[in-house]
Amino acid sequence: MKNTLICLVENKPGVLNRVVSLFRRRNYNMDSLTVGRTHNPDISRITIVMEGEPFQAKLLAVNLYKLVDVIEVQDVTDIPTVDRDLVLAKIRTTDAYARNNLTDLCYEMGARIVDIGPEVTIVEFTGTEENVEAFINALRPLDIVELVRSGLVSMGRGVRNMQGSDYKSKRFVTAPRNGSSN
Amino acid sequence: MQLTGAEIIWECLLKEGVEVVFGYPGGAILPAYDALNKYPQLHHVLVRHEQGATHMADGYARASGQVGVAVGTSGPGATNMITGMATAMMDSTPMVVITGQVPTSAIGSDAFQETDVTGCTLPVTKHNYLVTRVEDLAETIREAFHIARTGRPGPVLVDIPKDVQNATTEFYYPNHPIQLPGYHLPGAAHYTEIEAALKLIHEAERPVILAGHGVVMAGAVHELRQFVEITQTPVALTLLGKGGFPENHPLALGMMGMHGEAACNHAIQQADLLLAFGMRFDDRVTGNIKTYSPHSKKIHIDIDPSEINKNVRVDVGIWGDLKTVLQQLLPKLKTGQHQGWIAQIREWQEDGNQRDILQQLAERPDGKLWAAQVIADLFTYTKGEALTVTDVGQHQMLEAQYYPHTRPQTMLTSGGLGTMGFGMPSAIGAKFARPNEEVWSISGDGGFQMTLCELATARQENININIAIVNNSFLGMVRQWQEFFYERRYKATPLVNPDFVKLAEAYGIPARRVTSRAEIQEAVEWSRSIEGPSLIEFVVEKDDIVYPMVPAGADLHDMIRRPHYAAEVSQDFDNPNAV
Ligand SMILES: Cc1cc2nc3c(=O)[nH]c(=O)nc-3n(C[C@H](O)[C@H](O)[C@H](O)COP(=O)(O)OP(=O)(O)OC[C@H]3O[C@@H](n4cnc5c(N)ncnc54)[C@H](O)[C@@H]3O)c2cc1C
Ligand SMILES: Cc1ncc(C[n+]2csc(CCOP(=O)(O)OP(=O)(O)O)c2C)c(N)n1
Repeated sequence: MKNTLICLVENKPGVLNRVVSLFRRRNYNMDSLTVGRTHNPDISRITIVMEGEPFQAKLLAVNLYKLVDVIEVQDVTDIPTVDRDLVLAKIRTTDAYARNNLTDLCYEMGARIVDIGPEVTIVEFTGTEENVEAFINALRPLDIVELVRSGLVSMGRGVRNMQGSDYKSKRFVTAPRNGSSN
Repeated sequence: MQLTGAEIIWECLLKEGVEVVFGYPGGAILPAYDALNKYPQLHHVLVRHEQGATHMADGYARASGQVGVAVGTSGPGATNMITGMATAMMDSTPMVVITGQVPTSAIGSDAFQETDVTGCTLPVTKHNYLVTRVEDLAETIREAFHIARTGRPGPVLVDIPKDVQNATTEFYYPNHPIQLPGYHLPGAAHYTEIEAALKLIHEAERPVILAGHGVVMAGAVHELRQFVEITQTPVALTLLGKGGFPENHPLALGMMGMHGEAACNHAIQQADLLLAFGMRFDDRVTGNIKTYSPHSKKIHIDIDPSEINKNVRVDVGIWGDLKTVLQQLLPKLKTGQHQGWIAQIREWQEDGNQRDILQQLAERPDGKLWAAQVIADLFTYTKGEALTVTDVGQHQMLEAQYYPHTRPQTMLTSGGLGTMGFGMPSAIGAKFARPNEEVWSISGDGGFQMTLCELATARQENININIAIVNNSFLGMVRQWQEFFYERRYKATPLVNPDFVKLAEAYGIPARRVTSRAEIQEAVEWSRSIEGPSLIEFVVEKDDIVYPMVPAGADLHDMIRRPHYAAEVSQDFDNPNAV
């Protein structure tokens, strides 16, 4: 299954290297990773989607915590969140027929045309991962020249914020397992 | 006070209580070395290879619990230290490594002796720094020491460009609390965790404590002892846990795992409760994880949350410092009695005693010198009180089996990385940390040759260590695997060795060769009487096997055992799974 983790990290050189290196070293399966600044210039935010069992996500979370530059980690897989992925696609639209096709599709799916050139048109779509997948599938019959996705960003709903994460209440170690499972 | 970066390095070390550093100079660290002239109170040990410096710092740290410090230059100096850092990382020893770097303006230009050292050492350090401003230097070194020694200890590298060493700034050693928002240390355990653990402890009928390196590092030897006395729980030790519980105690089961005592492994497999105290269920300890201790509930106390449920799923995992958590548990423990269980363990132990090589040789002496006898006699003639440092291989396992320790920090060995060449330099470091201990470095003929250049360091420092080489003219442990698993095709394991006695003498180190058991006592006493380094080469049998052995990945109870008589050994080789 897919697990989503959010980390707040110190905005220092090499932090991303440390995070990515951890995936390689511990043999985790990374689906996507997005990184960007926050409103606090000292802190960046990373959203990680990893493939694996929930206990593996927990181990990843504690391993991320061991990195000195990682301030907080939250596993948001099972909590209500707003998730967004963004896709840009460049479609060949040399004739009017292709252009109309694309315009209709964008209208129906709520995508935006952001650039029109003589040969190609660039469209933008934002949504949950599933919506983005659906949009890309809808584009497939057209002539896709280039396509890029931003990777998922995620934010917990409500007043919940990134302070007081489950790390401090130590849920990750006390969760009893059913019998001895080895 | 205006100081150069170079001076600040040593000022900070003094503030951190450092007395000795192990290092090797070179272009990019020269400013620091020049400044060292002003700090005669800091003893610098000039090594012969930077790997040796890291092992010495490591040995210093393991013997004292204090942070060991190694210094080297950029490029090849730093890369030579990687093995030492990886060794310290695997075994969680506190160490600070300081390396020179090319000037900041040259970084990224493939300058002479430039290596991306923070990149190279990322996976083998607990944390690392590249200092680009002299103003940050003091705070960085302070953080490095803090990170190295707290929590789960480990090596921390500080890479300092030459221009930063030359630049000056106002120096003051900060004393405000360390600002590391991402660095978390555990507090006390939650009462629900304590209650959950107590319930399992009080219900258990066949409990076993697995005491690891964490017992020693937490300084929880006393608490563990009390726990055992109250609950009457037998104690199995990991290799690195040796010294954490006195092995002459009636409830001590010896070492667990691949070359552990058979009785100990049987007890673990039959237990209904495992109490893992500061150990990480290494694969050498568990064997096949699927069949590991199948009937037991498990409690795991560890300061590193990522160790809990990593290899073995546990029923109660407590993230905390072992000493703190044991202190929380102790007042609530009910006295326990496990007479039936202990009687069962005694039966297994009796079988083990009969198979013991020393026992067999006592009954049927063959006049040869076996490695186990060397270790057992070393134990006898040092009255079991030495601080021993091993290298890696058969002699290491034999030391674990035949040299019981009763005090913490008296058996140092590279466990997790299994670094050949670790032993002799670490022994030098250990002696600096504990000058009043009688230090014995015990190495195989193979591993000794990996770092033997440090004999010169031992000579130059006139450090009083006793060096024992257990010479079987083979890479013994590998030969053992070839014997069991590769039908005795001894590829690349026989060694043509130098004359170790002459070699030592060439370094100005008095040396002797021992070829029979009768000579051991005198040689050991001779070595002890020498002020400064001395070396004994023990020439032992080649065809030796360390029993018991759990083949890699096999079930823990599925041990290759020594047959009841040594004479039958050769027949048994053809059927390694017999018994
Ligand atoms: C040839 C060879 C053969 C070997 N055979 C065996 C064998 O038969 N048996 C065996 O046992 N080993 C064997 N080893 C060693 C093995 O590989 C491991 O190094 C060893 O088992 C690790 O022991 P450990 O888990 O106690 O120590 P470490 O690996 O040092 O782990 C210590 C644990 O304690 C925790 N800790 C640290 N400080 C604290 C604290 N304050 N409070 C709580 N927890 C803390 C750490 O987080 C860590 O999880 C062998 C090695 C070699 C080279
Ligand atoms: C640096 C390094 N290289 C290779 C190995 C693999 N290895 C493990 S034990 C061993 C043989 C050790 O032989 P020796 O030092 O003679 O000791 P003995 O086993 O004979 O006691 C080897 C090669 C290792 N542990 N470390």
